[in-house]
Amino acid sequence: MSQLSYRDALNRALDEELARDDAVVLMGEEVAEYDGAYKVSRGLLGKYGPERILDTPITELGFTGLGVGAAMVGLKPVVEWMTHNFALLALDQVVNEAAKTRHMSGGQFNVPIVFRGPNGPAEFLSSQHSQALASYWVHVPGIKVVAPAFPADAYGLLKSAIRDPDPVVVLEAEMLYGFKGEVPDEEFLVPIGKAAILRPGENITLISFSKPVHLLLQAAAELAKEGIEAEVIDLRSLRPLDEDTLMASVARTGRAVVVDESWPAASVGSYVAHRIATECFDLLDAPVEFVSSEDVPMPYNHALELAVQPSVQKIVNAAKKALYLENPHG
Amino acid sequence: MAEPILMTALSPTMTEGTIAQWLAQEGQALKSGDALCEVETDKATMTYESPASGTLLKIILQAGSAAAVGQLIAVIGKPGDNWEDIAAQAKSATAPAPAPAAPAETAKPSPAPAPAKAAPVSAPPPPPAPVPVASPQSAPQLAPGVPRSSPLARKRAKEKGIDLRAIRGTGPGGRITVRDVENAHAAPAPVPAARPATPAAKGKPPVAGAAVKGLRGDRVSLSKMRAIIASRLSESYAQAPHYFVRIAIDMERLFALRKDMNQGREQSLSLNAFLLKLVAAALERHPVINASWQGDAIQYLPSADIGLAVAIEGGLITPVVRACETKGIEAIDAELGALIAKARSGTLVPEEYTGASFTISNLGAYGVEEFTAIINPPGSAILALGAVAEESVVRDGAVVPRRILHATLSSDHRVIDGAQAAAFLADLRAFIEEPARALL
Repeated sequence: MSQLSYRDALNRALDEELARDDAVVLMGEEVAEYDGAYKVSRGLLGKYGPERILDTPITELGFTGLGVGAAMVGLKPVVEWMTHNFALLALDQVVNEAAKTRHMSGGQFNVPIVFRGPNGPAEFLSSQHSQALASYWVHVPGIKVVAPAFPADAYGLLKSAIRDPDPVVVLEAEMLYGFKGEVPDEEFLVPIGKAAILRPGENITLISFSKPVHLLLQAAAELAKEGIEAEVIDLRSLRPLDEDTLMASVARTGRAVVVDESWPAASVGSYVAHRIATECFDLLDAPVEFVSSEDVPMPYNHALELAVQPSVQKIVNAAKKALYLENPHG
Repeated sequence: MAEPILMTALSPTMTEGTIAQWLAQEGQALKSGDALCEVETDKATMTYESPASGTLLKIILQAGSAAAVGQLIAVIGKPGDNWEDIAAQAKSATAPAPAPAAPAETAKPSPAPAPAKAAPVSAPPPPPAPVPVASPQSAPQLAPGVPRSSPLARKRAKEKGIDLRAIRGTGPGGRITVRDVENAHAAPAPVPAARPATPAAKGKPPVAGAAVKGLRGDRVSLSKMRAIIASRLSESYAQAPHYFVRIAIDMERLFALRKDMNQGREQSLSLNAFLLKLVAAALERHPVINASWQGDAIQYLPSADIGLAVAIEGGLITPVVRACETKGIEAIDAELGALIAKARSGTLVPEEYTGASFTISNLGAYGVEEFTAIINPPGSAILALGAVAEESVVRDGAVVPRRILHATLSSDHRVIDGAQAAAFLADLRAFIEEPARALL
């Protein structure tokens, strides 16, 4: 077991999969000569050469399409988007080509491709570069979507994504690249479609994915000081969603807080909340609470930037509301 | 945001209430649970506690006026919140719906297709203001008389046989939460002691055929409960000179009354609740029965604290309903149900099962015709009830079938003389056979 950063865990996964399968290639802006904008691909060009580690022009639609075509004829490309904000340019290739080809070719072509890069707000990046766009991908049938919050999951899920026969979007988090955690030394995979219970608890279920999972753990620790045992669930996979784990937990606790750092409307979190409200209707003692970012473009002012996002205090307040421990009128 | 305060059902049967007086004034800051107003219900005048915290923005229903359950009586919120919208919504919700225009249109012979014609009639609505993710301006309203409750609370209430209308919700807007259900009195659970009405002919003895494992040839050391039963009842039987007076009681009227009163109730009132009430009425008229031997004095007790013997795993326990003479049958029933449930789960606390001034032991569910019981101190009398069974009795010179209860009163002769015991039983029979007499 060694301590690895989230960045190095991704690097190790790429390295191992490149070594394991010659069909795996990495492509994207500055992934080769510059080691990647966030240094996830450090050292890979030297090891695997320019035919497998490819710097591309600054044209997301172009190189994403290149990757989809390559996947259809036998390669297993990993396409790095410098951030998911820029991936909006590539939506058509992902939604209309990668996600549809298996279906529309009657199973003749599958598209074993991975799209990965940081998603969600970091800091001081203002409105256009701070977006949490998970629902853009989760919305579409034909794509799998994973969102690791810890180095071990980043490693294990990226490896599973590369080996998956279908398109997988990996949502990383810029603020987590330097986060260190235990990663077993021996090779392992984290299956796509399995959530993780990070902390067991009987009173309320807290649910999120990616970076806000760390807020859940802090909120659970705060709640524990008041004798409230919160169960913390890291979804890890957003599509497919591990509903069995989710519903079993909420069935036990009767209350849920879903946290999503994206905007509230048509978000992954609002969908998860809807699923819980539907599947666990008779077992809920309170409406499912939902903590998201405020419904505004990200402000540049740092105080406002922090204020619009989910926080430990907002999660604690939502949990208490669901537990009827705080009067909403104060 | 301002919130409506609705007339609420302060009793399970209340459908309408009149504001007797407002205890809070407009502009006053209130906490959830503060007295808001007094409401005259079908039964009594009760204090309506504020279901929410905030400032009382507007009193809609003035003192002296009546409103159906679910109707708006006031608005609460933050100072400066707009109460007019809520009042207007409430008005439009209760106003009779305007007659639809379509029938008039279609009544005239018209070649034009109706939908095309109907569409442009109303002016186009003003464009909606840009609102971030829509959140409803006010919670959807439930039908009058239906309390707000969480799904889990409803599920739990159903499991426990509790009528939600009898529970005060502590959640937002008075929502009944699972905690409220768990804190509420359970409705009577059917235990042998609570089912005396089964005619012996029909009823199966509840324990017949249940094979008891072990015991044969075993030596079992005394449980604490067994030891207490042994010492208390030995003491009672050895020291109190017991004598027994029996009476047969015609149950037809009481059964008819109970049937009437249970009409439309989700949860029937138990026969035991009626019996406790009528026994309390008889004790009121015979205070000598409601007494305790104290060696050098007799203590006549101030209220009818009636214990009901309940068989439980490993022995029996006698939960006590206090001051039955001051309580209605509903209250007694709810209390008894909760106590029996606690007795069976072993969670009674001492003040709930000690100090009965009078005790009832009901073995009717087992089909036994009659039996005698040992007095449960500190009381001086215990009433043993057998099964109610149809018997041939003579009424007005004719033999007719009647459902008869055989009751046996064990009395402590140091406290109660035979004639007093007999007079008590005679009055008790009169009350049971003609319950209206208990009102006199």
